[in-house]
Amino acid sequence: MTSKLAALMGWIDDRLPVTQTYEKHMSKYYAPKNFNFWYFFGVISMMMLANQILTGIWLTMNFVPSQEGAFASVEYIMRDVEWGWLLRYLHSTGATFFFVAVYLHMFRALLYGSYQKPRELIWLFGMFIYLALMAEAFMGYVLPWGQMSYWGAQVIISLFSVIPFGIGDALTEWIRGDFLISGATLNRFFALHVVAVPLVIVMLVVLHLLALHEVGSNNPDGVDIKKVVDENGKPLDGIPFHPFYSTHDMVGIVVFLMVFCTVLFFFPEGNGFMLEYANFEPANGLKTPAHIAPVWYFGAFYAILRAVPDKLFGVIAMGGAIAVLFVLPWLDRSPVKSWRYKGRISKVFILLFAVAFILLTWLGTQPATAVNTLLARIGSVVYFGYFLLMPFYTRMEKTKPVPERVTGGH
Amino acid sequence: MSQDGVNKSRRTLLVGATTAVGAVGAGFVAVPFVKSWNPSERAKAAGAPAKIDTSKIEPGAMVVAEWRGKPVYVAKRTEQTLSLLESLNAVLKDPDNSNKAQQPGYADNLYRSRKPELSVILGVCTHLGCAPKYHPEVKPEPFDADWKGGYYCPCHGSRFDLSGRVYSGSPAADNLVIPPYTYESDSVIVIGVDEENS
Repeated sequence: MTSKLAALMGWIDDRLPVTQTYEKHMSKYYAPKNFNFWYFFGVISMMMLANQILTGIWLTMNFVPSQEGAFASVEYIMRDVEWGWLLRYLHSTGATFFFVAVYLHMFRALLYGSYQKPRELIWLFGMFIYLALMAEAFMGYVLPWGQMSYWGAQVIISLFSVIPFGIGDALTEWIRGDFLISGATLNRFFALHVVAVPLVIVMLVVLHLLALHEVGSNNPDGVDIKKVVDENGKPLDGIPFHPFYSTHDMVGIVVFLMVFCTVLFFFPEGNGFMLEYANFEPANGLKTPAHIAPVWYFGAFYAILRAVPDKLFGVIAMGGAIAVLFVLPWLDRSPVKSWRYKGRISKVFILLFAVAFILLTWLGTQPATAVNTLLARIGSVVYFGYFLLMPFYTRMEKTKPVPERVTGGH
Repeated sequence: MSQDGVNKSRRTLLVGATTAVGAVGAGFVAVPFVKSWNPSERAKAAGAPAKIDTSKIEPGAMVVAEWRGKPVYVAKRTEQTLSLLESLNAVLKDPDNSNKAQQPGYADNLYRSRKPELSVILGVCTHLGCAPKYHPEVKPEPFDADWKGGYYCPCHGSRFDLSGRVYSGSPAADNLVIPPYTYESDSVIVIGVDEENS
């Protein structure tokens, strides 16, 4: 029996490199043995992507992508479709937890310098995934066609109108497909949200992983494990991804799912941060809700937009806050990767940055009072300071010696 | 295959020419995909004029009319608020309507309207397109302690006076748009019809 199975496998392997691929990416992919909990969030992000795709496909089975039918069909899914409420909450809460995982995954890269040489492409592919994910989440939020869907779309699409020489106005009209946000906008966002952008995201995830497996994973020490190998050429500080990390990741997944399910079943609206109350009212193009705010995961960029009292420069600042992330690998001039061995200035800056990002995220969801605007300006300065001063402070500060082998571990 | 005697420059030219023709072809193929995103004929046809009877509007009150799916604010101003307009010039970005695209010629005046008391303003903030809220009373507001009455955008805090002129310090750069409108009779206006241009 086993010999027949082996023969079958051999037959397939002669025609498609199944075993070779499995070994390269799973059973013989050596990952550093000193991963800590921060390293759960990559695989958790993939799990959330799978959740979004699966529940998304099921939601399209009952969603009606039209100006007349969208809002009612979401209510229909929530009330009349068997288990429809769960599928929808899995999707809407899933979006939040997808972003939680992605933000923690990105912060891990900042802490341990995972974007540094030779992993610049991994970081870039990751940033493109993040950009596509923001577009995906934004368009998805428009689909239920509530008040916040409508006015959120109005504000975000109007951002393009800052482009001068009449290009901006023509561009916003082209994106909307109408002279105002209408059914035409809803339908095209539906097409992009369920087909085009998910395809792009999946392809980018494949590239992200291929690039990662080409150079190998970084680790909390920022040590290159390929430098110290045994007689077979295997890294002494590495262990095969499967079965060691595949099973180890199950623990992280279970803990993450416990938190996810708690929110999913008990706070699916996230107190208005995930499903905003204004969105339980159908879209009305004549009346803006008293308080317009993005869902929490866009809060930081929205706060930066509002911190600048000028339309053009506000949009430039917001775009710059995202664009600066792309060039991060070339801003960090430190000879060491991990913050464990960087100097004090780097440590202070990364913590300040984390505080500023959380503060801005919070401010983006709050009304723009005078105090909030002042705080948003301080937060924005810290946000940009972390990146724009990085070439200077990473070069001048004194770093600690990096060990030959990884520390801790199992 | 032998590479001897290959005319490399001719090969480069042929590869280049083929690529260029292919790129032009791809450009033509892209046209229908790009153009299909433009407003459809149905969307273009939906811009019928809107008729409003203003006799029922109390002084100081505002009604929202719908024109091309967008809100149009039709407000009756009082003598008191009209008399304040001139004094606001110092704190406005563009008190003299220097951006001519924001209003028709007949509204290029202090009141930005055909008749001083009745203002007709497109309720779309020139910042990012929210619908500003009507705050007509002259009283301190949370967003402006020295408020003289006008429109306040809840999205990003842009402030406009009762003529739709933007205050300095607002994120919006331009005054609110005055749509084309005309008086059909003493009290009935038609929004979207511009007798001077028709």
